[in-house]
Amino acid sequence: MSGPVNSRDRILGRVRRALADVREEPGGELPYADAVPRAYLREHGDRTPAETVDLLAANLADYRARVHRCTEDDLPSLLARLLREHGSASLLVPPGLEPGWLAETDVERVEDRAESTPYDLDRVDSVLTGCAVAVAETGTLVLDGGPDQGRRRITLVPDHHICVVRVPEQVVSSVPRALDRLSPGRPLTWISGPSATSDIELDRVEGVHGPRTLEVVLLG
Amino acid sequence: MTIGTGGNAGPTFVGMPAVPTPAFPEAARTAVADPVLRGNLRHATHTIRAKRAAAVAELADWAELREAGRLIKDHTLRHLDTYLVRLEESVTAAGGIVHWAADADEANRIVADLVKATGESEVVKVKSMATQEIGLNEALEAEGIHAYETDLAELIVQLGDDRPSHILVPAIHRNRGEIRDIFRTRMASWGRPAPEDLTDRPAELAEAARLHLREKFLRAKVGVSGANFMVAETGTLVVVESEGNGRMCLTLPETLISVVGIEKIVPTWRDLEVFLQTLPRSSTAERMNPYTSMWTGTTDGDGPRVFHLVLLDNGRTDTLADRVGRQALRCIRCSACLNVCPVYERAGGHAYGSVYPGPIGAILSPQLRGTASEIDASLPYASSLCGACYDVCPVAIDIPEVLVHLRERVVQGGEAVRAGGKVVLRPAKGHAAERAAMRAARLALTHPGALRAGQRLASRTRRFHPRTLPGPGRAWTATRDLPPLPPEPFRDWWQRTNGGKDGAR
Repeated sequence: MSGPVNSRDRILGRVRRALADVREEPGGELPYADAVPRAYLREHGDRTPAETVDLLAANLADYRARVHRCTEDDLPSLLARLLREHGSASLLVPPGLEPGWLAETDVERVEDRAESTPYDLDRVDSVLTGCAVAVAETGTLVLDGGPDQGRRRITLVPDHHICVVRVPEQVVSSVPRALDRLSPGRPLTWISGPSATSDIELDRVEGVHGPRTLEVVLLG
Repeated sequence: MTIGTGGNAGPTFVGMPAVPTPAFPEAARTAVADPVLRGNLRHATHTIRAKRAAAVAELADWAELREAGRLIKDHTLRHLDTYLVRLEESVTAAGGIVHWAADADEANRIVADLVKATGESEVVKVKSMATQEIGLNEALEAEGIHAYETDLAELIVQLGDDRPSHILVPAIHRNRGEIRDIFRTRMASWGRPAPEDLTDRPAELAEAARLHLREKFLRAKVGVSGANFMVAETGTLVVVESEGNGRMCLTLPETLISVVGIEKIVPTWRDLEVFLQTLPRSSTAERMNPYTSMWTGTTDGDGPRVFHLVLLDNGRTDTLADRVGRQALRCIRCSACLNVCPVYERAGGHAYGSVYPGPIGAILSPQLRGTASEIDASLPYASSLCGACYDVCPVAIDIPEVLVHLRERVVQGGEAVRAGGKVVLRPAKGHAAERAAMRAARLALTHPGALRAGQRLASRTRRFHPRTLPGPGRAWTATRDLPPLPPEPFRDWWQRTNGGKDGAR
């Protein structure tokens, strides 16, 4: 006598019965790599590293991120200027950020602590992070929670995000190249421009729940 | 790992919440007569059409990406049991808790119990088709739990006590002036009121939503989401969004509950490289949507401490059993097919009587819910079969093929699977005249003598023919002229003039 069937077994049983016809077809047991030939491109176009960085800058700007370029030496003064221009009094800092970056600003530094609540983060004006990888073709920054990026929430609640990208080494051409570099075990956030919506008459408007101002510093 | 038990769920299929819905033609008639609605839909769909075409044209390998997407989804569906088990293992290994729900009732019960176990009485929600399909908000409300929609369009629908009419933009039927009125009159009773001087500028409307929802995000302890993709090999879930409300719901609460249809699986991490290129360009016509979140189980110190994944069947395995119709399960919910559809553009989303409107809804709803109701039996006819939906589909679902297949099922009946069991459907009642006409046509076309006699008779009596058909044929001629008959059948003309070579008329 069989007891009540649990839903896991019920669903898996339904799937197997539904697929009775394909199980009899030849070629159904090909290994996955052979079952799906991938004729698409790994990246679109042929660019030098410098051209790839230029494309990243253009696509970031197209989606209303503010793009700046500077050298290692100029970074502290640039960051000081960006914070001043935004009128920021306080800045969230992930644990592993290069201390030298903030050498020229006297803005209040707020460290993200495990016990920090969303309300605490909501009182901070700006956040400064690095990134894991940037995608030129789509104008995308990817954060993976590394020490210079911090928890996902710190780049979400404050209204102003400054992200430093080391070029050309952190820049890849395409989405396939980016996935190659990323680890699925880490929480990932892909950011393409400031928060936006297409919900009013299917037209894009910037500035909803995420940071309304995204500034990207291409450092190299 | 917790496994949901099916209890005594019998053969009855529950499916989507039963809204008494008239058949598509009646529902569409109201929409087509509404000039504001038609204007809103025309403006929105035409805005996105040209943009999508431009975004797609940027990628020289679009056809190859589309083909890869089709093959990945087909392969996954062919081995769905294997990948479901693999996903369960990898999510569990990463610290998540997996539940299985055979139908809407079971999924709603699982989520309600999980929320109650946290002691909370409100949840924040990321836009999710699966939770709309099962009527989760209403089920939670019945248990005393408030569910707050946080997607801007969902918020407009929820505040307006309205129904969604588009997969991507559920409030597409509302223009900016209507949205401002809804915010002004309704926000106060849900939380922070709209500013007194709110205008209809989209940026101001977005700002009002930002302020209204922020207090809910900051205090939320439980988040509820769906997912765009689940990676079987790694246990990674992916949510693709624009506004940041998704990130809020996925990272700030202590508990996250994701309700996801079993067809959302892809086998490997690498498969995301296809869909992360095709989905944003197909849906919002962007190179990439503003935010994409990927998470694998739980991470110490970052995001929710507890993660539940509810795997939802609710008619999907029944759809999988149909050899022609199963391709509908490839759908990645981009909504490109809605935006190009001439029928959707005029009839709007509500006429489809389901959370899945447009061409994809016309093939998905009658499969998930069966064709027993009037609305579901009429949906396969909500199309001119022009094929624009197939052309734009990023996973190459041949929607016209499935529509014709489902029409056949409605008219002729036959075997189908409902709630996992084989059933034999009876032919639909309303199609008796159509079946009789088809039988007569078959007889005539297989008996040349009868065809010839009939054609000659028709030609000789043509001046007496009415412009519209009587009886059941009236429905057909209500919107069409009867084709004019020639004075002489073509075959007679061919014989008389030696195929036109004699130069005679």
